[in-house]
Amino acid sequence: MKRYLLYRLALLLPTLFGVLTLVFLFIHLTPGDPVDIMLGETASPADRQELRQILGLNQPLPEQYRSFLINFLRGDLGQSLYEGRSVAAMVRARYPATLELALCAMSTALVISFPLAIWSAVRCGRWSDRATLIFSLLGLSIPNFWLGPLVMIIFSIQLGWLPVSGRGGPDHLILPALTLGLGMTALLIRILRANLLRVLGEDYVQTARAKGLSERSVWLKHTLRNALLSLVTIVSLQFGSLLAGSLITETIFSWPGIGRLTMQAIEMRDYPLVQGCVLAIALSYVFLNFITDLIYRWVDPRITYGN
Amino acid sequence: METRFWLYAGAALLLLFTSVALFAPLVSPYDPLQQNLEQDLITHSAQHLLGTDKLGRDMLSRIIFGARISLLVGASTVALSLLIGVGVGSLSGYAGGIADLLCMRLIDILMAFPGILLAIAFSAVLGPGLDHVIVALALIGWTGYARLVRGEILSLRERDFVSAARALGCRPQRIIVLHLLPNLLPPIAIQATFGLAAAIVAEGSLSFLGLGVAPPTPSWGSMLNEGRQFLLVAPHLTTYPGIALMLTVFALNLLGDALQDRLGIQTAKRR
Repeated sequence: MKRYLLYRLALLLPTLFGVLTLVFLFIHLTPGDPVDIMLGETASPADRQELRQILGLNQPLPEQYRSFLINFLRGDLGQSLYEGRSVAAMVRARYPATLELALCAMSTALVISFPLAIWSAVRCGRWSDRATLIFSLLGLSIPNFWLGPLVMIIFSIQLGWLPVSGRGGPDHLILPALTLGLGMTALLIRILRANLLRVLGEDYVQTARAKGLSERSVWLKHTLRNALLSLVTIVSLQFGSLLAGSLITETIFSWPGIGRLTMQAIEMRDYPLVQGCVLAIALSYVFLNFITDLIYRWVDPRITYGN
Repeated sequence: METRFWLYAGAALLLLFTSVALFAPLVSPYDPLQQNLEQDLITHSAQHLLGTDKLGRDMLSRIIFGARISLLVGASTVALSLLIGVGVGSLSGYAGGIADLLCMRLIDILMAFPGILLAIAFSAVLGPGLDHVIVALALIGWTGYARLVRGEILSLRERDFVSAARALGCRPQRIIVLHLLPNLLPPIAIQATFGLAAAIVAEGSLSFLGLGVAPPTPSWGSMLNEGRQFLLVAPHLTTYPGIALMLTVFALNLLGDALQDRLGIQTAKRR
């Protein structure tokens, strides 16, 4: 496991380097002058020059890249153009809200998908199984930028049960978590159901039944445990997608997380802040993938990755 | 039997939306850009079956023309992604060596970003516009096809028919185009169907965030964004474009699932 960890760490480094390079290039190889985009074409030459200096755009590209990497290693992501605060501090301040929302969405997805998938697998081929499959396909087809306003109309505006937007008590979390978690719920139902049906056809399950084990024991000790193994990796990979999906959900529900901060930065053309937010989400995603690979190997030691 | 039913159901729904999109000027009751401020925010009437928006534009006409944009962006994105993905995947899988290593590392880096984040970042720097949306979505979409094609070519390139073609003196380009790619059509068709659904949702997301198709061009995503400001007084502005988008994506997912069941089994049998 130690050797494997070192191997994965070695693979992680070029990916991290690539992500940093790509994020840097987003801003610096943009068609047109970023200063023109930020200030408009009517800005005075003095203002342009000042912003150019603040952004470090007056230096050659390799020099800018070197400074970017050095600053990144120091934890310095630059200054927000509009708020004048440290981008790293702004991202740090907003990150917990996004994490809270993503964790809540994931919990919602797990709580709904597990019983539905098991029920569907047990009743495979019957109408309830088909209904669950159609529900999951519909869940995958509903975009969260529509589901958000829809649940807002029903539960906040018409029924008045839940707050419309913002972050506060647990009731503020319900609608955003439901909106963000529906896609994952649908996906988990399909994957867990397919896994359960696959495991149920395995020889060791047939053997367990032939030995006379109770159906409860067959399900709990043999079927569920094995079907859940691969789900661990899906859940952790999907958690990364939830962080990215928060961009839309947070915008709809005015949730003060990193997704909303990204969209505000894009609207204000605050490029250092856009860069910092994109980097924070992308690095979280890379880190989660890395953890997933380790978990994958840990839960199933048969897995090898070449040499 | 059941798979065939879902296949036909998905195909029929998709055909309906495609026909509506193609013949939009003929089936649409009004010009989607025609404003009538005296008839703004009507929920429904005999003249406007699905009501009007804040500028009095007919919602049904805008949804019909919105189908054009969604399907156009989806199809163009899939075509461009396929072009890049199949090219890179074939090169990587057939040539191997340093070309394979470089292509795979590039794909790893691009796949290290969540797709929607990358699309938002690309669109933010490229600016709004139909062509920019297609480019942004294709730049993230090709990686999946490249991985698929590379994997398939790696498993096919040592097969007897490829060795025979090589022994006959066929050039690599000819082997890839005439012998390898036809064998990849079923998995590519399945992935393209899901890719089309994903591209339509992504276009909607970008337009919803104001980074996609620029107003006043009707797009389902931008209509949802505009309607969000009138949730209290005119919920129909968000309901109908959402239903249209959901049904289109549902039809594609249905079709993709059914194709996966049919073509996937056929491919497995052939091997």
